[in-house]
Amino acid sequence: MTYAASFYLAAPEIILSVAALILLLVSAWMPKASRAVTIAAVAALFGAMAWTASLLFDPAFAMGGEAFGGLYSADGFAGFAKIVIYLATIACLVVTPRFFDARGAYRPEYPVLMLFAAVGMGIMVSAVDLVTLYVGLELSSLASYVLAAFLRNDGRSNEAGLKYFILGALASGIILYGMSLVYGFSGTTSYSGIRVAFADGFSTGALFGVVFVLAGLAFKIAAVPFHMWTPDVYEGAPTPVTAFFASAPKVAAVVMLSRIALDAFGAQTDAWRQIVIFAALASIVVGALGAIGQQNLKRLLAYSSINNVGFILIGLAAATPEGASAVLVYLAIYAAMTIGSFAALLMLRDNSGEQIETFAGISGLSTTKPALAWCLLILMFSLAGIPPLFGFFGKFVVFQAAVEADLIALAAIGIAASVIGAFYYLKFVKVMFFDESLSTEPDGEAVIADSPSGHWVVLGLSALLMSPLGYLAIPWLVSVADRAASALFTVI
Amino acid sequence: MIQTIAFYLFAVLVIASAVMVIMSRNPVHSVLWLILAFFNAAGLMVLVGAEFIAMLLVIVYVGAVAVLFLFVVMMLDIDFAELRAGFIKNFPLGIAIALILLAELVLGIGAYRAGAIALGTPDGMAAPIVGVSNTEALGALLYSDYIFLFEATGLVLLVAMIGAIVLTHRKSAGDHRGQQDIAKQNRRNPNEATVMKRPTVGEGVEL
Repeated sequence: MTYAASFYLAAPEIILSVAALILLLVSAWMPKASRAVTIAAVAALFGAMAWTASLLFDPAFAMGGEAFGGLYSADGFAGFAKIVIYLATIACLVVTPRFFDARGAYRPEYPVLMLFAAVGMGIMVSAVDLVTLYVGLELSSLASYVLAAFLRNDGRSNEAGLKYFILGALASGIILYGMSLVYGFSGTTSYSGIRVAFADGFSTGALFGVVFVLAGLAFKIAAVPFHMWTPDVYEGAPTPVTAFFASAPKVAAVVMLSRIALDAFGAQTDAWRQIVIFAALASIVVGALGAIGQQNLKRLLAYSSINNVGFILIGLAAATPEGASAVLVYLAIYAAMTIGSFAALLMLRDNSGEQIETFAGISGLSTTKPALAWCLLILMFSLAGIPPLFGFFGKFVVFQAAVEADLIALAAIGIAASVIGAFYYLKFVKVMFFDESLSTEPDGEAVIADSPSGHWVVLGLSALLMSPLGYLAIPWLVSVADRAASALFTVI
Repeated sequence: MIQTIAFYLFAVLVIASAVMVIMSRNPVHSVLWLILAFFNAAGLMVLVGAEFIAMLLVIVYVGAVAVLFLFVVMMLDIDFAELRAGFIKNFPLGIAIALILLAELVLGIGAYRAGAIALGTPDGMAAPIVGVSNTEALGALLYSDYIFLFEATGLVLLVAMIGAIVLTHRKSAGDHRGQQDIAKQNRRNPNEATVMKRPTVGEGVEL
């Protein structure tokens, strides 16, 4: 393969890197041009997305697209994930500026770091080599650590950044240790080579390596038992950054985990399936039970994301093309729901500019801000998986894939546990619609201020997709996801 | 023969100094032991013919990383009594982790004995390039096969740098200590900048 062909396939990353470097220079000389840099970053992301889409629908590349001698793959699986990641990053950039402007802390480095994180996530989902995986993971993680601590005068933001950095470095160390074991026993770092080397089963040492790699990646996707950092980091990080953490990096990490599990370790499905099943069930249960006592809405959404990761892992445990397709569909729906919820959370601010982050602040929201309350109602019902809404479809395809793979017990327990999770989503709705409004207080503290149109666009689009209207997108979404997932399985 | 002796010398010293890194009470001593471990690891690298990596270990790890560690550790305000209290509290956990790692080592050695690992078997890609020095071979690989990863690693370092600057660089209003104002420097008048003094013998200078 010539370099030109490789660069053609890796063009989304190249576009974003070049844009980020140019914008970095702009931000060095024009520190006041935050808005313009943000708009340029969004444009670059749209450009990268258009290129990815053209690759995704180009029959010549959708099934393979190996570049740089088997280090990087621009197949359909990566393409689908990249489009979701870029869209999520764009949505996060749209809702960001006002939050930081209100604190006088918005700087043009923020969109630049987001672009670098997007480059890293693109490399992560395209990685077909352990070294590529690690480089992409570190690129996106390092940018994330800085973003978490971006409000540097805020103690909680600093704490979140430090916590995320130390625990993330620990997880990276675990992944590296596992990768070194896998490399030592297989003699290669490429996924296809590892697959061939372990065609007859894992030796004990190699199994240790696989477990370490999976444990480190479970940390990155915040699956139980490696979830402890999630509520703290999500609560402490600035809300737009939390919206980003809960959407794009999670999509990237799950897709990366799926690829390494189904491709590199795909010949030995039984060896890792029980680990994934345990993590899935534990995540669903802990995510559901942990959220019940929470008063802080950001912590609640953190537990909600742990819970959702559990459902995604059920699709991975199926280890079939249907399962991989279900993972992609669920991820796309999950990203839209999460970003919508956080956009709504960002719109909850009182007249003095303080964010409202507790249940007490949103009581009676349906009388003060009916449109916002109804959008949140759709999103919460959708997260709970209540049938007429689109979130139900995500859970449906995941459970269907599990049942078809003869994991009926897993699916049954998952469905039962999802009922527990419905409790706190319903509590959200109950507080908004049936509790006394606090906005009549004389000091006017709980009055919700108006929001700029960008927030409404993100929230409206996400609520529209989650409403029953979203079902119109199913044939298209499922066919693209099926094609993307089959790209992963034709490698065999 | 001499190679075997050298190998065992370096290997024993690496392990011994690695143990001392975690055993010594004083963090400064720990860093010094770490430097010794790096030196001996470099010796091992020379023995296997990877002289470039050996030089990297000495120059980058000993010269830059470890010295930086040393500076940071010296700046820390460490209460040794508190360190020891934490040691006793976390002792059971530490023992548990140590046992797990020991079990792994035993398993790993067992797997090696059973023939599951063949150490040092190069595949076709890793075959040594004949007639080319280590440095040239590494460079040729980095800039051809691994160009993508090489550039991406550059981005990782750039992001680390941006992060450090974004999180620590502060500029308060009217304070230009952080930036050089060349125009202001050029505008300076020598008459304002320097004062001529004529000190007389036996008296000091009053400024």
